Amino acid sequence: MSYIVDRRLNSKKKSTVNRQRFLRRYRKHIQKAVSDAVSQRSITDMEKGEQISIPKGDITEPVFQHGKGGRNTNVLPGNKEFLSGDKIPRPEGGGGGGGSGSGASDQGEGMDEFVFQITQEEFLDFMFEDLALPNLVKRQLSGSEEFKMRRAGISNEGNPGRINIVRSLRSANARRIALTGSKRKKLQELEQQLELEEAKDPALKDHLKIEALLESIATLRSRISRVPWLDDFDLKYNLHVKDPVPRSKAVMFCLMDVSGSMSQATKDMAKRFFILLYLFLQRNYERTEVVFIRHHTSAKEVDEQEFFYSRETGGTIVSSALKLMKEILDKRYPLNEWNVYAAQASDGDNWNDDSSVCSKLLMEDLLPKLQYYSYIEITPRDHQALWEEYEQVAEAFGDVFAMQQIVDVSDIYPVFRKLFHKKTA
Amino acid sequence: MSNLEKNPISETSEWSFELIEEYDREIAKIAAEYKLDTYPNQIEVISSEQMMDAYASVGMPLGYSHWSYGKQFLNIEQSYSRGQMGLAYEIVINSNPCIAYLMEENTMTMQALVIAHACYGHNSFFKGNYLFRTWTDADSIIDYLLFAKNYIAKCESRHGIDAVESLLDSCHALMNYGVDRYKRPYPISAEEEQQRQQEREEYLQKQVNDLWRTIPTQGDGKSAKDDFRFPTEPQENLLYFIEKNAPLLEPWQREVVRIVRKIAQYFYPQRQTQVMNEGWATFWHYTLLNTMYDRGMVTEGFIFEFLQSHTSVIYQPPYDSPHYSGINPYTLGFSMMCDIRRICENPTDEDRQWFPEIAGSDWLETLHFAMQNFKDESFILQYLSPKVMRDLKLFCIVDDDKEKHIEVNAIHDEMGYQRVREALAGQYNLGNREPNIQVQRVDIRGDRSLTLHHAQHNRKPLGDTTNEMLKHLHRLWGFDIHLHSIQNDMITASYHCPQRVESSSELNLAMPGLNM
Repeated sequence: MSYIVDRRLNSKKKSTVNRQRFLRRYRKHIQKAVSDAVSQRSITDMEKGEQISIPKGDITEPVFQHGKGGRNTNVLPGNKEFLSGDKIPRPEGGGGGGGSGSGASDQGEGMDEFVFQITQEEFLDFMFEDLALPNLVKRQLSGSEEFKMRRAGISNEGNPGRINIVRSLRSANARRIALTGSKRKKLQELEQQLELEEAKDPALKDHLKIEALLESIATLRSRISRVPWLDDFDLKYNLHVKDPVPRSKAVMFCLMDVSGSMSQATKDMAKRFFILLYLFLQRNYERTEVVFIRHHTSAKEVDEQEFFYSRETGGTIVSSALKLMKEILDKRYPLNEWNVYAAQASDGDNWNDDSSVCSKLLMEDLLPKLQYYSYIEITPRDHQALWEEYEQVAEAFGDVFAMQQIVDVSDIYPVFRKLFHKKTA
Repeated sequence: MSNLEKNPISETSEWSFELIEEYDREIAKIAAEYKLDTYPNQIEVISSEQMMDAYASVGMPLGYSHWSYGKQFLNIEQSYSRGQMGLAYEIVINSNPCIAYLMEENTMTMQALVIAHACYGHNSFFKGNYLFRTWTDADSIIDYLLFAKNYIAKCESRHGIDAVESLLDSCHALMNYGVDRYKRPYPISAEEEQQRQQEREEYLQKQVNDLWRTIPTQGDGKSAKDDFRFPTEPQENLLYFIEKNAPLLEPWQREVVRIVRKIAQYFYPQRQTQVMNEGWATFWHYTLLNTMYDRGMVTEGFIFEFLQSHTSVIYQPPYDSPHYSGINPYTLGFSMMCDIRRICENPTDEDRQWFPEIAGSDWLETLHFAMQNFKDESFILQYLSPKVMRDLKLFCIVDDDKEKHIEVNAIHDEMGYQRVREALAGQYNLGNREPNIQVQRVDIRGDRSLTLHHAQHNRKPLGDTTNEMLKHLHRLWGFDIHLHSIQNDMITASYHCPQRVESSSELNLAMPGLNM
C-alpha cells in the first residue's frame, strides 16, 4: 500500500534557519571575504552576490580519529600490476597513512576550501555591517506623494460600506431606552394598579377604573412601539483618514577634480568610493538622488558618463565646485525634505589661495546644511594646502565632516568603513 | 524474439501522478512475487530545493536547528549548482510509513527507478534487517524528532542560541560515542517522551547530586578512598555516561545530550549496513525493473535510460584514478548480491568448494536470509566470493610504520582470497574504524577529573583532532580530562585538557568546596 503525496507546494526554505546559523557563526570569515571582494571587484558588479570561501580547517567538526602510523591494512580495487609480496615505496606526502580512505566516503573531494554562495542582499548586509549614516534621524520628513489610510475612530457620517454595526446598534439601543424610559415607568405603574384592581374581590371591582387603566395602558404601549428601532442618526461609521507617509530622501553630491593631474586610475578609485557611498545611501533611504559635479578651474553639473569618463585639463579651483553645489542645493533640494550628503574626491591639488576660500565656504554655508561631508584625497604624495585647510574644518565640524587619504584601491573599503563606522555613544 | 505481448505502461518520459501510481502498483506486485516485505510507502513528490533541504538534514523530515546543517546545505547547494551532483535517489526514511522522495524534475524512468530502489529495496531492508529491527523504532522516530526539535527550540529561547549551539557542537563531536552497542532502546511516543522528560529532569539531577554529595565528607573518607572506584567498569557510551554523571550540567543540558545520543543510536544501524543496504536496494531496482522489461511493461527507451543511470551508480573507479574515494558501497553490495544469486543458480566448482551450503540452494531464500541476519562486516566475511574479488580486482596492502615499504600482502588469487576477504571485512568493522575510547575512572574524591583510555588497535595513534575533542569533553564534563593511549598495558601517549603546563599545584582550584 502506498500513498503518493504532492509536497511541491510545501515550504521550500526549510534550511534557511540553519543557513543563517552558519552565516552567523562564520561572520568574521565572511566579512573578511566580503571586504576582499569589494576591493577586487570591478565597479559595475559591486552589488552582486559573492562566492565566499572559508578554509576547511576552520569549519570541520572534529571526531576522534586515528592518526598516521601503526599498522594499516587497506583493501583497494582495480589491481593491475601487483602480485602478492610486492613492495611499494611509500608515496611522498604520507598518502598511505591513516585509514581514512577506507570504507566508503561519499564526499571525499579533498578541497581545501569550503566554498559557498551568498546572495546580493547578504553581501550588502555584510558589506555595510556596523556602519551607520551619521545624523540620519534629523530629517525623516514627508514627501507628499504617498498616503496611507489610517483608522481614526467613529463618525456620524460616512458611506454605507463603512457602517459600524455594533456602534450603530448600541446607539440605537441607547436612544430607545432614553426615549421610552418615562413611558415604561408609567406603564409599569399602571400595570401594577391594574393587577391590584383585578385581585380585588369581584364584588368590590371598579370596572370603570379597570377599563380606564386598560385604555391608557394600550395607548402607552402603542406610543412605546412607535419609537423607531433604528433611526438615521443612530448610524455610526468607521472613520478613516489619509496620513501622508514620511519617506526619507537623500541627495548625494559627488564632487570630483578632473583637472589634468587626475589620472584615470585615480578617477577609478574615486568612482569606487562614490559607488560604495551610493549603495550605502540606497540602503538607508527610500529615494536617493545623485548630483555629479566635476570641476577643474570651473565647475559643471554633468551626467554620470561624462563625470567619470571625459577628460579635461587645466588647473584646479576647488571652490568653484563648492559654489555650484551650494547653488544647486538652494535651488532644488529644500532642506526640510532632503538629507544631503556630499563626497569629494581629489588628488589634493588646488590653487593655493583657493583653499582658504573652500574652507570658509564649507564652514559658513555648506556644513550647517549637510548631513555629512566626506573628503578623500587620493594621492601617495604629501598633503598640500587643501588638506591643511580641511583639517581645520574637521576640527570645527567633527561630527559632519570627515577626511581620509587613499593611496591605492585596497584602501577604499577600509577607509569607507572608517568614515562611516557606527559611533557608540 | 518476442511472442511476448508488449504493453508498456507509458511511452514518454513525462510523469504524472496517475503514472506513478500505476508504476508503483506494478512494482509492488512484482516485489510481492519476490517476497519483499515492506512498510507502507509514503511517496512524496518534491522540488529540487526541497530535495536539497532534505539532504542537508540527513534526510530527516524535521530536525532541530544547528549551523552544521546549514554548512551541509551550503555545500550541497554549491555542488548542485555547479552540476557536480545529481540529486536522484537515496533519500528514504526509516520510518513507518516509509517516506521516500521523488524529485519533480526527474523523468518517469527515474521515478520508477527510485520507487523500486527506495520504496521496495531500502524499505524491505529496514523492515527485515536484524540491526534495524533491534535498534531503531520505525513507528516512533518522527514523533521523537518532533519532540527534539521543539525541545531544542525551547532551550534556545530560554538559554540563548549560543549556549545551546556550543553544547550541541560538543555532543555532535561525541556522537559516534553515544551508542549503546548491546542494550536495546525501547520505543515511546512524543507525548510520553515529553512527559517523561520532565520526570527525568528531576530524577536525573537528584541522581547526580547523590553521586557528588559524598565528596566533601572529608574526615572519614580516607578508608573509602581506596576501594571506591567509579565507574566500576569502563564505559563505552561516553554521551550516556556524561548525561548521567557529569557534575555541572543543568537538567536541560542533560536532556540535549540525551537527544543527540538517541539520534546517534537511530543512525547506528545505517552506519553498519551501508554496503548491504545499498547493495540490496540496487539489486532490487535492477531485478524489479528488468522483470518489468521482460514482461513488456516498459519500453526499450525506458530500460536504456535506466541502465545508463544504473551503471554510473555502480561504477567503481580503480584505486589510482583521480575519482577514487574509497570502495563504492553500491558496487560492492550490488556485485555481492548478484553473485549470491549466481552461486545459487549456477554454481561452479569453486563456489561449491567455498559455499557448500548455499551453492545450488533457492536464491531468494538465501538472499533474504543474508539480508536479515548480517551487517556489513559479517556479510562480507560470509559471502564475499573469489569471483567478486577477481571482478573488482581487490588487493590488500599493509602500511606498517615500522617497515620501509608498503607491502602488498594479498591479491585476488588462490592464496589471497581469504586474506583479502578478512581485511575488507575488518575495514567495515566500526570498532576498527573508530578509535576505541572508554571512560576509565572519575576521581570523585579528588579533583573530579575524568580519565579515559584509548585502547590502541594495531598501534594506531590518535589523530590530530584529539586535543580539540578533549575540549569538547571538557565542556561537557566541566573538570579536567585525561586521555591515555594504551598499547600492551603501556601508556604510549597522554592528552590533557586543560593542557598541562606543569602537572602540579592546580588540584584544589577546581573544587569550590575545599579551597578557602
